[in-house]
Amino acid sequence: MRAVRKVEGRAVVLDRRDVDTDQIIPAAWLKRVERTGFGAGLFEAWRADPGFVLNTPAAAEATILIAGANFGCGSSREHAVWALQDFGFAAVIAPSFADIFRGNSIGAGLVTAQAAEDGVATLIAALARCPEAEVVVDVADRAIGIASAGLRVPFELPDYARWRLLEGLDDIGVTLRHADAIAEFERRRPGWLPASGPRAHATT
Amino acid sequence: MAATPSFTNKHTGEMEKSVGDAAAASGRLFDKVWQRHLVASPDDEPPLIYIDLHLVHEVTSPQAFEGLELAGRTVRRPDLTVATMDHDVPTINPLGPITDPLAAEQMARLRKNCEAHGVTLYPLGSAEQGVVHVIGPQLGLTQPGMTVVCGDSHTSTHGAFGALAFGIGTTEVEHVLATQTLRQVKPQAMAVTVDGELPAGVTAKDLVLGIIAAIGTGGGTGSVIEYRGAAVRSLDMAGRMTVCNMSIEAGARAGMIAPDDVTFAFLEGRPHSPEGADWERALDDWRSLVTDDDAAFDREVRIDAATLRPVVTWGTTPAQSVSIDGAVPDPASFGTAAQQQAAQRALDYMGLTPGTAVRDIAVDTVFIGSCTNGRLADLRAAAGVLEGRRVSPGVRAIVVPGSARVKAEAEAEGLDAVFTAAGFEWRSAGCSMCLGMNGDILAPRERSASTSNRNFEGRQGPGGRTHLVSPAMAAATAVAGHFAVPGDLEGSRLDARSAKG
Repeated sequence: MRAVRKVEGRAVVLDRRDVDTDQIIPAAWLKRVERTGFGAGLFEAWRADPGFVLNTPAAAEATILIAGANFGCGSSREHAVWALQDFGFAAVIAPSFADIFRGNSIGAGLVTAQAAEDGVATLIAALARCPEAEVVVDVADRAIGIASAGLRVPFELPDYARWRLLEGLDDIGVTLRHADAIAEFERRRPGWLPASGPRAHATT
Repeated sequence: MAATPSFTNKHTGEMEKSVGDAAAASGRLFDKVWQRHLVASPDDEPPLIYIDLHLVHEVTSPQAFEGLELAGRTVRRPDLTVATMDHDVPTINPLGPITDPLAAEQMARLRKNCEAHGVTLYPLGSAEQGVVHVIGPQLGLTQPGMTVVCGDSHTSTHGAFGALAFGIGTTEVEHVLATQTLRQVKPQAMAVTVDGELPAGVTAKDLVLGIIAAIGTGGGTGSVIEYRGAAVRSLDMAGRMTVCNMSIEAGARAGMIAPDDVTFAFLEGRPHSPEGADWERALDDWRSLVTDDDAAFDREVRIDAATLRPVVTWGTTPAQSVSIDGAVPDPASFGTAAQQQAAQRALDYMGLTPGTAVRDIAVDTVFIGSCTNGRLADLRAAAGVLEGRRVSPGVRAIVVPGSARVKAEAEAEGLDAVFTAAGFEWRSAGCSMCLGMNGDILAPRERSASTSNRNFEGRQGPGGRTHLVSPAMAAATAVAGHFAVPGDLEGSRLDARSAKG
C-alpha cells in the first residue's frame, strides 16, 4: 500500500444517502479474479443516465467524491473500493460510512473522510458555486480545505487508520510482530473447538 | 518501520490481562466473547482478536490468496479454514459444464488455492456444498462463543449461536489467512429487545424487517446488536439465523443471540460438535455466555412484538417496509426533504404509485432461498402454504435450497414434490437470485417477491424490482399473483408451521 498524506484535486458531488456497494460495483463485476480493472463498472447502472454526475467531463479528472450518509452500505465486497480507486478517486467525503466499507478502504489506501453533516453541506454549497475549486483532503491534519472559498472542515479518522495511511503500512506485517502472542493464544484454546477436515454427516 | 503513533485504546485498556481467562469475563454477551479472543491489545494499535473459524468462498478470496502468495506467506491455520462454492454456482444442472467462463475460472481458482494450502473445500457436487452461512451451522462448525469471519457481509448469521461473526473485505481475508487474527477497534454493544409474543403469522423475517424499519439502515453502525426478549427467545434456530443474518442491513457489525437449550439441541450430534466429555465441558462453558442482569448497553431499543405485522418492502433499502395491510407510502409523509427525495426516488425505481394497497401489487417472480431464508424450516413454511395449491398463471416461481443437504433433507420429506406440483422450479443449492451473479436474475422492470435480504436497485439484475418478504408470504404471493399472506388464500388455515418460518 502506498502512503497517502494528502489528496488534492477536483471533487464531484453524489448527493444521495445509503449508496450501497451494489451500486458502486454491481455483482456481475465480482467475477474478476484481479484487483484492477473495476473502474469501468463503477456506478454502472447510474452511469447509463447521460446526466449522471460521473458522466461529466469534470468527473473524469476528479480525485474526491462527496456523498450522503451511510456511504458503502450492504455487501462486504472490497471491489467497491477498488472500483472507486480504479476510476481515479483517492478520497471519499461523507457524513458517515458503513463499517465494512470503511475498514476495506483503510486496508486498500482509500481515504474515508467522515465530516459532520453541516460541514459536508458547506462543501457541497461551495462546490455548487465553483465546481472546479481545488479541494484538499489532508490526512495528517484531518481536515478538508477549499482555499478559494476560505473553507476548512475537520473530519474524523481513527488514529490507527490515519497512521496506516500516512505510513503506507502492510497490516499483516504489523500483526506478525505479535506472532509470539498469537502462538501463545493458540496453546490456550479449549480442545473442543472445531477444526475442519473431512468430518461430514454420516448419511446423505 | 514507522514511528509509533499516538493511539489511545479507550475501550480495551484493561482487557489484555484477562486474555484466555473466561472466568474473569463479565458483563455483556458480546464482551465475554470479545474478551476471550483478545490476542494482544497494544496501546498503539487496535486490539488483535483471534478467529476461530474462517469461511471462504469463490468470489472474495482469489485476490487474497494471490496477495498471500506474492508476499511468500502461507495459510496459518488451514484446519480453521473451510471453503465452499456458492455465489457463482449454477442452480440448474450444477454438475454439467460451467457455461460462464468467468465463474468457471473463479471456481477453478478456489479449488487450486484450497489444494495448494490444504484448506477443506466443499465444491459443487459435494453433499455438504451450499451457501456458506447455511453449511457452517449445519456442519456444527459454528458454535457458541466462537469468532467467525467470512468475506461476506451476511456472516452475521452465525451470531444466532452466540458467536461473534462478521463480514470482512478481501484484504482482511488475506490477513486472517496469514495470521488467523484480525485487527478490530472494539464495537459498541447495542441491545434490541423484543418483548411479548409474535402475533400469528408474523415470522422471524417480519421481526427483523420491523427492527430495521425502527432503527434505520445506519442504526447499528459501529455496534454489535444483541437480540433479546421473549419474542426472540421463542424463535427456532432457523428464525434466529434469519434475524442475525439481516443485522448488516441495519448497518451493525454483527448480531448475537445468547445460546440456550434451543441452541444446544440444534448442535448436539452435528459432525463438528463436541462429543462425550467434551460436549459436557462445552455445555458448561456455553451456559455462561449470557449478558449479566446488571450489565448496561451503549444503546437500547425496545420493541413490543404485538405491534409487528407481516411486512413487504416497498423501496430500495430494507428499512423501507410496510404492513401487508398497508399501502405504498406518499413521499410527502416523510419528515425531511432528503427523506422525501429518497422515497420518491425509490418509488420511481420500483414503479409504484403512492396509496396503492400492498395486496394490489402484482409480482412476476417469486424467489425462495438465500442465506436469510433458504433453510429446511423456511422450505417447510413455504411448502405448508403451497400444499394442494397452484402458482398463479404467469408467475415464475423458483425455490433454491440453501445447501445440498437442505435439498436432500427436503426431498426426503417430499417437499420437492409439493413445490413442483404447485408449479415452482426446484433448483440446486447456491446464492442464486439473491444477488444474481450466476445468471438467475430479474429482467429490467420485472417485479419479485423474494425471501432474500437486499432490495437495492439492480440487486437481482439490472432494473429488477425486489420486494423482501418471508417464505410464507412468498408462497402465498406466488399463489395469489399479488402480495398476500397465507390467511388470504382460499380455504386457508394458518397452522403453526406456516406461521413460524
